[in-house]
This record gives sequence, structure tokens and C-alpha cells, in this order.
Amino acid sequence: MATLKLEILTPTGVTFSGDVDTVVLPGADGLMGILPQHMALVTELIPGELQITQKGKTEIVAIGEGFAEITGTSVGVLTDGAVAEKDIDEKAAEEAVKRAEDLLKSNTLEGEELEATQASLARSLVQINVKRRRRNG
Amino acid sequence: MANLRDIRRRIKSVKNTAQITKAMQMVAATKMRRAQQAAVTLRPYASRLDDLAAHLFANIGKDEISHPLLKKRTTSGKNAVVLITSDKGLCGPLNTNLLRDVLKNDSPNNVYITVGRKGRQAIARMKKNLLADFELSDSPTFVESKVVSKFLIKQFEENAFDTVEIYYNRFVNTLSQIPVRYPLVPIGAEVLEVAKALGEAQRAEHLDTKPGAIPAVTYNFEPDADLLLGKLLPHYVHLELYEKVLEARASEHSARMVAMKSATDNAKQLVKDLTLEYNKARQASITNEILEISSAAAMMAQ
Repeated sequence: MATLKLEILTPTGVTFSGDVDTVVLPGADGLMGILPQHMALVTELIPGELQITQKGKTEIVAIGEGFAEITGTSVGVLTDGAVAEKDIDEKAAEEAVKRAEDLLKSNTLEGEELEATQASLARSLVQINVKRRRRNG
Repeated sequence: MANLRDIRRRIKSVKNTAQITKAMQMVAATKMRRAQQAAVTLRPYASRLDDLAAHLFANIGKDEISHPLLKKRTTSGKNAVVLITSDKGLCGPLNTNLLRDVLKNDSPNNVYITVGRKGRQAIARMKKNLLADFELSDSPTFVESKVVSKFLIKQFEENAFDTVEIYYNRFVNTLSQIPVRYPLVPIGAEVLEVAKALGEAQRAEHLDTKPGAIPAVTYNFEPDADLLLGKLLPHYVHLELYEKVLEARASEHSARMVAMKSATDNAKQLVKDLTLEYNKARQASITNEILEISSAAAMMAQ
């Protein structure tokens, strides 16, 4: 069966690189499933869950904002942060959320810092969601 | 014959200097490792973004794109030059080489934006048109460098200049850093060619994956082309600048470490030479003394 070459790249390194069967991306207009031979597409990604199916096994990666470049044979995901489900540290993520929320509440941030804090809050929230859903479901 | 005490004093002072340069070398080595790591880990992401942009431009007609960052224009007649230098000196010929390149392409139409104290001082000293200056921390974050690129985009949109180019020292390895001129805006074929050329050179050094040929396909955009480019292009500018800043930092710390190492080596050699001279002088004075005593004794015996 044809496979897709998936690469998940962040400014801090390569999170995932390998051949997969399907990918589900959190696009700006909703989730989109990508199969081999998908038409060429460039899309914006929002913080959410990226699902990888590889040899019948499904893995989930929590990602931040970014872009994806899709061709018939490859998917390139460029995002500002990506953590595989098994690597998510729920406690650390919760603490990060609390820190970010406190910072945002204090209203002392502006411009760049505000944006960066909001983005990191969104990333941490996604991580927690991924972890909790897994446990409950 | 040099005075013994003078030589002793010089040896002591050279030894002190060697100790200081040795310490600076150690500090630079640590910072260098961190900066190199940061620059190298960003490369896959940056080159993939370059690829993405290159694919887009190869595949969509220029007329379809209406984003200002892509358009060539000559409305203001000014060119922005972003000069990324170090804040501190003692890093060998790094900043000098870069400045020489900048001045080669100097024109009265250039406005300068400096990142780093050394660049600002040089540009101000030569009474060039300095538009803004920024100073970033030792290990700059994306958020920090974004302040600079945000400023660039804003000024560009307000028509303060038509083009933006970046001068920085590209990090090749610890011993070699090359001053590079990188045209950033308008983002277009030329920019991407340069980026690709640099990207491939970098990839050849660090990864063995060969970049595939540009696929001849038409891309769809989601949500739509304008919205997507509106997000993608500023992100591209932010990231390019961030990448250049990291490269410049890695170059700076490498150059400083090498400069400090050769300073330490020189000082050690100097101490060796001075010690030899000191011993010679000491021996000479002892010989003299013996000569005096023995000639005095010979006189007495007579």
C-alpha cells in the first residue's frame, strides 16, 4: 500500500519523520484526513491533535499553530511546537497553563509577549486535552 | 641588558592576561556550544519552510499573488539594510569583515537597522542613516527577534523602504564564518534562490538528505490563498530573521572562542620567551658577580 512521508518539524527540531498510512490534521477550517494521493494542498494549522496511523497503530501528537504542505506522497508539518502523546507531561502542561493564565490575568503583557503567552497557553491546553481524552476514552 | 625586575613584572602581567583570556575562552566555548545547537536545530524547519515557499512560487502565477511582501516596487527609493553584529568585541575580524561587505554596497539610499551594539556604533560613527537599532540577549528567543521583524514589516508596509536585505555572519563551522548578504524582501524568486543555495550548502554540511526536485503540481490553499499567504509570508520573514540572528550568534561565539584561544596561546609563548630572557639575564648577572669576586680575589692574592 502506498504510504505518505510525514515530517513534523518545529523550530527546536524534528519531532517525527517516517512513512505513515494516514494523517489527520487540525486545519483552520476543521479536521482533515490525508491519505496517499491526496491533492497538493497548503493549509494553515491551528493548535490541536494530529493523528498518525502507521501500520494499524494510531499515534497522537499535540501541535501548535503552523502550516502543512501536502503533496500526493508527502506531508510536511511546520509548527511552533509538537509533543507526542507519550511524551506529554501532564503536570508540566498544567503548570504551564496556570502560569500562562496568571500572566494573562495580570494584564501586564503587551505585544509580542502577549502573543507568545497566548500561543503557549493554547499549546499546553491541547496537550492536556490529548492526555485526558486518552485516559477517559 | 634588561632589568631583572622589569622582566619579572612583565611575566606576571602577561600571565594575568593569559588567565583572563583563558577564562573568556572557556565562557565563549560554552556559549558557542549552546548557540551552535540552537542554530543547527532550527535548520530543518527553516529549510523546509524555504522549500514550501519555493514550491509555492514555482507553481502559482505571480499575478495571482497580491501580497505586498511579494511585490517589487520602487516607490520610496530606499533600501533597508539589516546589520546583525555582536554586542561585544574581542571576537577577531568578525564584525570588521561584515562591515567591509556592507560598506562595499553602501549607497545614500540605504537606511540601516542594526541588531547588536557593534554595528550601531560603526554606522553611527560613519554618520549613515540609522533608522533603528536593536539589542538582543545572548541566546535570543523567537519572541525577541520577532520584535525586529515586526518592525521591519510595519515600516515596509508604511512605505519607508522598498527592499530589505540582511547582512550577517553565516556559521559554517567553529573555525569559519562567512559574511553573507541575504535579500529578504520582496520575497521572490531571487530571494528563494539565494535561500535555496544557502539551504543546500547548509544541508550538505549537516544532513545527507538531498532535496527533491520541485514537483510540478498546482497547490490548493486552505482557507484561501490570500488568507494563507497573509499568515505564511510574515511568518517566513520572522523565521528568516530569527534564523539569521541565531547563525550570527553562533558565529560570534565561535569567533570569540578562537580569538581568545589564540590570545591565550600567544600569551603563553610570550611567557616562555620572557622566562628565557629572564633566566639569561639572571645567569649573566651571576656570572658577572663571580667574575667580580674572582678578579677581586686575584688582586688580593697578588
